[in-house]
Amino acid sequence: MHPAPSLIVFTVLTGLGLGMVAWMGLGLGSESHLFGWIAGPLALAVTGIGGVASIGHLANPGNAWRAFSQWRSSWLSREACLMVATKICFVIYLAFWLLLDIRIWPLGWITAGLAVATVYATSMIYAQLRTVPRWSATPTPHLFIALSMSGGVLAGSAVKGLIGLDVPIEYVLIWFVMAAAVTVWWQTQAAGARRGHDGSSMETATGLAGLGQVRLFEPPHTGSNYLLKEMAFEVGRARAFQLRKLGAFAGFLIPLVLIILALGLGAWVLMLALICHVAGMVFLRWLFFAEAEHVQALYYGHK
Amino acid sequence: MTTLPESTERKLGLVIDLDICVGCHACAVNCKEWNTGGYGAALSDQDAYGADPTGTWLNRIHTFEVEPHDGPAQIVHFPRSCLHCEDAPCVTVCPTGASYKRVEDGIVLVNEDHCMGCGLCAWACPYGAREMDAKAGVMKKCTLCVDRIYNENLPEEDREPACVRTCPANARHFGDLGDPDSAVSQMVSERGGLDLMPEQNTKPVNKYLPPRAKDRAVPGPDLAALAEPEAKGFLGWLDRALEKI
Repeated sequence: MHPAPSLIVFTVLTGLGLGMVAWMGLGLGSESHLFGWIAGPLALAVTGIGGVASIGHLANPGNAWRAFSQWRSSWLSREACLMVATKICFVIYLAFWLLLDIRIWPLGWITAGLAVATVYATSMIYAQLRTVPRWSATPTPHLFIALSMSGGVLAGSAVKGLIGLDVPIEYVLIWFVMAAAVTVWWQTQAAGARRGHDGSSMETATGLAGLGQVRLFEPPHTGSNYLLKEMAFEVGRARAFQLRKLGAFAGFLIPLVLIILALGLGAWVLMLALICHVAGMVFLRWLFFAEAEHVQALYYGHK
Repeated sequence: MTTLPESTERKLGLVIDLDICVGCHACAVNCKEWNTGGYGAALSDQDAYGADPTGTWLNRIHTFEVEPHDGPAQIVHFPRSCLHCEDAPCVTVCPTGASYKRVEDGIVLVNEDHCMGCGLCAWACPYGAREMDAKAGVMKKCTLCVDRIYNENLPEEDREPACVRTCPANARHFGDLGDPDSAVSQMVSERGGLDLMPEQNTKPVNKYLPPRAKDRAVPGPDLAALAEPEAKGFLGWLDRALEKI
């Protein structure tokens, strides 16, 4: 699939921002108002930048407001509705906390639930597509939620570290290692999930299995088209191994070392870990799209 | 609404005879001609006369080579367009309500005034039936020529999809596949009409008729003829003698 920059920025940043919202909603951040004033707007800004990036993916953004209407059937619509609900609840929760000094815990918990539900809805946009086994035959929702929560805990802790608050590093470590494990699990499942994973082949695509083995003799057109650009993307696949290594190092291994170093050097090092982690996520999310194979490319002879 | 109807009153669709199709692309050309001036936005082309032309088409003709275990390969021309699935995944994923399946005849359509051009429906379709128009920024797909089949301004014989009307070999047929007595349903049951990618659980309405079995056995390639003929007698002795030199 075509790795559109708008979708990479959108999924990485909203995942991170919503993870922060979820932790702050649960109250597992800090009681400090200074923390709230920095982390709260930061979470909203990161999620907001992601949201703006997603509009860049639309060919006709004038109709984007209609995306709130089909929550009964469409995961993309559910995501849009949940995203707005999360932000409204979070702003009210923050306002009461920081302006009136009242922490409405049930509202915080609802906000956290909505944030996780939004990430789940995002993941289901991909996981629902039977046409792309790399997304649907793999634990994609687990991956998105694990990365969002670990990113959130890292970002929250990094903010605490920067303003000189105490950070329980072990806590960050546990979540981080868990997210790394889920990522490895997802990778092992994705390794075999090619476009033929659910039994699709050129023979089932053409219905010609009874006659023999099918091969594309002549494509319908000599040039490219929307289908090939969007769903038969193959650029950079040759470098997938190197990119995955880069993603693993920047996304998990270097941040892991930095988190451990933070024990000695101070919690401000977590900010470096966060920047590194987000860069790694961008590499891995690029591969999430670029390596995904769509069944319709079978009609164009991609086996 | 992008929820699918429980059932549709009719199941209008196409039956495509792969035994007859000669791969002339006339259906694709007439489809483009009718639909660029008909329902919704025009089917635009980019760099149409340049070095790298692309464009929006609702019907594309592939050509496959099928090779049996024992016998020569066979060419099959294969028109590909929207199958107007009963369980159309393109409809349920749509966030804006632009995609819908009609209750009265089962046609899957896009309301272009509501489409935001996110492209998710094209991702959900296993058949590559939907193409985003690069100029209009809305999703285009086969309408089963909804603006022809009910059009009383056209002579009655023209009230069928443009691709069916134009096919010079009569390889394309249009009708109600929900009615077991219709000509198309009869054809499907007689010829063993097939669903494409049944494993995708989309329940396509359009059916494909597989090529008929050949009326006589076609000999496979004669590999023996490619080998050196074995010489006998004097020539055989000469052959062996020359080989030893």
